[in-house]
Amino acid sequence: MNGWIGKYLRVNLTMKKITTEVLDPRLARDYIGARGLGTRFMFDEVDPKVDPLSPENKLIFAPGPFSGTYAPSAGRYDVVTKGPLNGTIAASNSGGSFGPELKYAGYDMVILEGKAAKPVYLWIHNDTVEIRDAAHLWGKIVPDATDALRAETDEDAKVACIGPAGEKQVLFANIMNEMHRAAGRSGVGAVMGSKNLKAIAVVGTGAVTVADKDAFKAAVMKARKMIQAHPVGGTGLRVYGTDVLVNILNQIGALPTKNYQDGYFPTANNVGGESLTAKILERPKGCFSCIISCGRTSRVTNPKFAGRGEGPEYETAWAFGPDCGVDNLDAVTKANYYCNEYGMDTITMGSTVACAMELYEKGIIGLKETGGIPLDFGNAEAVVEMVRLTGAGEGFGKKLALGSYRLAESYGHPELSMTVKKQEMPAYDPRGVQGIGLNYATGNRGGCHVRGYTISPEVLGVPVKLDKDTTDGKAQLDITFQNLTAALDSSGACLFSTFGIGGDELASMLSSLTGIAYTTEEFMKCGDRIYNLEKLWNLKAGLSSKDDALPERLLKEPIKSGPSKGSVSKLPQMLPEYYQLRGWDKNGIPTDKKLKELNLAE
Amino acid sequence: MGKILMIHPDKCTGCHNCELSCSMTHEGSFRNRAARVNVYTWEREGFSVPMMCQHCDNAPCVSVCTPGAMHRDAVTGWVLWDQAKCIGCKMCVQACPFGNAIYDSLTGKIFKCDYCNGNPECAVFCPNHALEWVEDTVSTRSRKKAYAAKFKEAFTEVGS
Repeated sequence: MNGWIGKYLRVNLTMKKITTEVLDPRLARDYIGARGLGTRFMFDEVDPKVDPLSPENKLIFAPGPFSGTYAPSAGRYDVVTKGPLNGTIAASNSGGSFGPELKYAGYDMVILEGKAAKPVYLWIHNDTVEIRDAAHLWGKIVPDATDALRAETDEDAKVACIGPAGEKQVLFANIMNEMHRAAGRSGVGAVMGSKNLKAIAVVGTGAVTVADKDAFKAAVMKARKMIQAHPVGGTGLRVYGTDVLVNILNQIGALPTKNYQDGYFPTANNVGGESLTAKILERPKGCFSCIISCGRTSRVTNPKFAGRGEGPEYETAWAFGPDCGVDNLDAVTKANYYCNEYGMDTITMGSTVACAMELYEKGIIGLKETGGIPLDFGNAEAVVEMVRLTGAGEGFGKKLALGSYRLAESYGHPELSMTVKKQEMPAYDPRGVQGIGLNYATGNRGGCHVRGYTISPEVLGVPVKLDKDTTDGKAQLDITFQNLTAALDSSGACLFSTFGIGGDELASMLSSLTGIAYTTEEFMKCGDRIYNLEKLWNLKAGLSSKDDALPERLLKEPIKSGPSKGSVSKLPQMLPEYYQLRGWDKNGIPTDKKLKELNLAE
Repeated sequence: MGKILMIHPDKCTGCHNCELSCSMTHEGSFRNRAARVNVYTWEREGFSVPMMCQHCDNAPCVSVCTPGAMHRDAVTGWVLWDQAKCIGCKMCVQACPFGNAIYDSLTGKIFKCDYCNGNPECAVFCPNHALEWVEDTVSTRSRKKAYAAKFKEAFTEVGS
């Protein structure tokens, strides 16, 4: 095969059995790779009702066909599993070099099954694969575990590992690769921890081959030019990082503030990309094959929050910043470093602290619960300390480790959790941007912006500017973006490449790479198929249309200040149209006709 | 007028596009271990450095090559490797103080930068201008000018 390797690794940790299996080319064609292929395998092999932290769950690491090639900004991989926050199908996407290295080692996927009796790690050196003891690594933070693993495997090994948070099964623990890149959301790190698997270290010396080299190169050069010429993909993200969005969202009054109690934060600029660039940026960093370089190598010298690492990204700066009423960039960055070191999702972590702050503000919890730390909005030191406590599994951190839904519910106030399907929403207020609210509500893994980033047209004007406040046309917009993103994620491309290219260019590169002629329509149909398969999983897992909802606050409490003052989400006006255009019935269940059209009928 | 391949580690983001384009050009597949340029990243510091043949004027790899496979091209002055003359003794690999000549048992080749016949693909594909194919005497221009700009600012401030 070209683009794909044509085989994958299956590792049963209970039985200590390692096998190499042949990839069915029809599955590769229809589900592409990464998120899509991983979901297909999960659907075929795992009961969606299984306890996500039990040995019966599986954990799949899967790069896409582009991974390991010079398709621009397209070296990504997904971790696919049943997520512990909410039971949905979780596919958590990460960059860096780990995905390409797996391909060079000779695998399109690694499927992990069962549970090791004691802590282990997996060492993959081409076709030599070993399950090794990890007792001495258990408890180590991500950078230290990474260094230790390199010392005993290969100094250039690419390492994906969990930190102490994953070991303790914090429900939003992530998996970090090459120290700073995160398969961040949905708690995939807790699943890894539940399997007693500390890390995967990989060295690959093989090749990814191409069907039509000249056509692939031409398609790649064209895509590169389009991204490099784009004001966001070519300039904005490189110069300021994703954090450039702080001021953009604040200026339209859609920057969620103090646990979504408001949509405008007067001093937001202090944690925005312009401040980051001026104060703590050392240099931009790029993932494998990236031409955008949105990554931020940063350093904080302020002794109170001193540290070195990567970040913050926009969502992180928001979650520990405005959402917690904080405008201290050093503190926000330190909270980010802790998350990377302990291995936790910054969005859920920050939003959970924000939820705790509102519980504290309303007198529902007090100093007794927080261990004597005053959790007032704006208390930057407290935010940083809460993150550390959560990562270390100490004090009030043990409660925060459950995420905001379980936290707020345990005190009798689930309505104060800003979640969709028990996963925290990111940094765009659906009251100020209508389409993104529909995307959150219908998101297959819960509150999430990277499954249908309608912010592009609704706020940034990419590819065309749409009215952010209207509900007209937003159902179709969401569906198109969700389908495109599902196909794009599965290819190994980065979502940010859409700041320059779209389905035409991705289909063209995929065709010349693999030798399978994907039209743009067929590429989009793969996305539709993958999205519907994820939906089928969720239905079987027990979710229903009542889970396609936003927190009631967003429908009933208008934004209090700023440019979007008075706005609420009009989700109920959009959802029925969304179901209809999706080919789903009024309960959000895919019709037989739709499933037949996508070759998903059982 | 000669050209050199200028390396600017301060601009490198560690994206490996140079390795990818190099291995595709020379080996016809994406096999980064077969690239003639290698990027090393220090993750804790977030710093990356591309390494490749410097085409030394007094090249140890040429000096130790008995059959003359590793040679200086009479026209361009570049250090090139002639597979037809190579006996596979790997003396060039041992001699290069930078580690920029690599032996590959899969192909039996010495992997060493050949400047792609005067249009290095790595420089074409580098999105950060960390690798530049530039005229020799102005090769450090971008770096010099960046510092010159600081002088300019300092003097402008004093003068005003």
